[in-house]
Amino acid sequence: MSNASIILDDPTWIIVAKGVLIFVLCVLLTLLSIWGERRIVARMQMRMGPNRVGPFGLIQALADGVKLALKEDIIPAAADRAVFVLAPIISATTCFMAFAVIPLTGEVNFFGEQTIMQLTDLPVGVLYVLATASIGVYGIVLAGWSSGSTYPLLGGLRSSAQVISYEIAMGLSFVGVFIYAGSMSTGDIIAAQSTWWNIVVLFPSFAIYVISMVGETNRAPFDLAEAEGELVGGFHTEYSSLKFALFFLAEYVNIIAVSSLATTLFLGGPSAPPGLGFTSAWLGGWFSFIWFFLKVLAFFFFFVWLRGTLPRLRYDQFMKLGWKVLIPVNVAWILVVATLRLLTQQSASRFVIAGFTGAVVLAVLGAISVYDRSKIKVEELANQVGPMPEPSFPVPALPTSLALREKEGN
Amino acid sequence: MTGEAALFWVLAPLAVLAAVAMLYMKKAVHSAILLAWVMITLAIFYIALEAPFLGIVQIVVYTGAVMMLFLFILMLVGVDSSDSLVEKIRGLRSVAIFTVLAFSLTLIAFIARAELGRPSVGLEEANREGNVQGLAQYLFSDYVWAFEVISALLITAALGAMVLAHSEKSEVARTSQRARSIARFRGKSIATAAGLPGSGVYARHNALDLPALLPDGKPSDLSIAEVLHRRGDVAESKSYELEGLPKIDDQGNK
Repeated sequence: MSNASIILDDPTWIIVAKGVLIFVLCVLLTLLSIWGERRIVARMQMRMGPNRVGPFGLIQALADGVKLALKEDIIPAAADRAVFVLAPIISATTCFMAFAVIPLTGEVNFFGEQTIMQLTDLPVGVLYVLATASIGVYGIVLAGWSSGSTYPLLGGLRSSAQVISYEIAMGLSFVGVFIYAGSMSTGDIIAAQSTWWNIVVLFPSFAIYVISMVGETNRAPFDLAEAEGELVGGFHTEYSSLKFALFFLAEYVNIIAVSSLATTLFLGGPSAPPGLGFTSAWLGGWFSFIWFFLKVLAFFFFFVWLRGTLPRLRYDQFMKLGWKVLIPVNVAWILVVATLRLLTQQSASRFVIAGFTGAVVLAVLGAISVYDRSKIKVEELANQVGPMPEPSFPVPALPTSLALREKEGN
Repeated sequence: MTGEAALFWVLAPLAVLAAVAMLYMKKAVHSAILLAWVMITLAIFYIALEAPFLGIVQIVVYTGAVMMLFLFILMLVGVDSSDSLVEKIRGLRSVAIFTVLAFSLTLIAFIARAELGRPSVGLEEANREGNVQGLAQYLFSDYVWAFEVISALLITAALGAMVLAHSEKSEVARTSQRARSIARFRGKSIATAAGLPGSGVYARHNALDLPALLPDGKPSDLSIAEVLHRRGDVAESKSYELEGLPKIDDQGNK
């Protein structure tokens, strides 16, 4: 039975309960992930991180939230009031919407009803996530514009260009999954991964999705929209109090949303890792949520790891990566996936499939070799610049020894 | 009243209101936000009418990409720039009105030809193999030629825009950041590898292997990393030391 038909006969109270549960889960996860991120980054930098409020500093994020809520709410005089208030609301509402189509568990027993912890199963579920993400960015862009100040405007400008370019790469990385699963619904995509997870079968798509999801959520090393070293705080420079807290909430919920989508598309969603399939019947099916949760946490750790490791990209390098690497590679990969899919559907002989795969591998190796040979050698690069002149250090006039001696004589 | 009717009677007036208000807004960004709202309501209607693919693609493409490009341009042009209402090219208004009329007539004629007097297949039949599959069947079989021609047209337009916006590069070839970085480390001394000290700093050298000078002009061993010491990679700092300064011993006595 597909996910859609299991969910279809849910009574209304279950739908409401699921909605509330998902919302509560997201908010709790945000509080925990802020704490987790600060602790993990602290460890990576050989610090302790927050450890004062509550056991292990666990409720530090909650305390920070209360502090933010009690702060003075300032709307700058130059700001466009209506849009300035609207922007954080857009960000904070759309970030939750993606969770409607993501199955958090396998089939579970919910107070006597057989159901799946998934609000709805759209036939275009994955595209729906892309759509909510693209509306969510309006929050950032409008916040930048409405602040009526230069740095936020630059942040908003960067964000809009960033989102357009990385959404293309992200959308293309879905295509491989769609072709392989023959469906755009999250339930069917998970069902199609019953033998092999897509991370194995469609590894290039996975890699491109992971890169573009970091770009889409404005996280380091792609956090050009807030770039605190260049733009003060970027789009949220002028925001304070609860409005700022809403942006903060939206950022973390978005991270969890894209991680959940990655889990759904490439890691088999709530299904157990190979060899541990018997666990899916434990706790009336609820054990599958633990698998889902662990996979999402792994992605979250990856986000934090990136932040702790990589410096921020320069804007032109970032755009180059998106348009000149991710998109063309993705298009070529889709061609390969589509051809293989068609060959298997037409039940072509194994020799043809093996021949095609071999030809593709040879072509990739050839392309890499040609690229490597055409690269300018380090020697040549150094010669382009020529010998570096000894640097001259402009030193202010030093007190001469004569003047010093005279001073001593006095 | 069914849920669908309720949805329509709530959202349709809002959409019309937003569309009318869009025309009367003073700031272009406000108009853009209202237009985005109109697009989203249209998408919700499509989804309610059991065309989920069309609805979602409407949001992804129009709200997500096209309107975002609009906003990008509006921000690039300037926050406070407003439209000039002076007619710069003579007769532009009449040409515009004529074009709008002609275009709407063509549109009405085409839709009428497609719709009027023909029995509709019905949603059941159209969505029989699934909404997405049905649409894909048409796009990639019956209308594949039109589809390809339109994409060729769009690519041509994009290429044209790139050619028009292309700016000539200056004659002097600039060396890349990478090349300069490599060359710095291949210099005769390691002095070229380090950057210059901040302006106003009393230093005649900024290399890692050169000890800093104490106030009396003596080199300080502490200022060199232990690794360089062990390797013996410490440069002679004699030439940078100051002459004739009063010597101070380790206890700070003259």
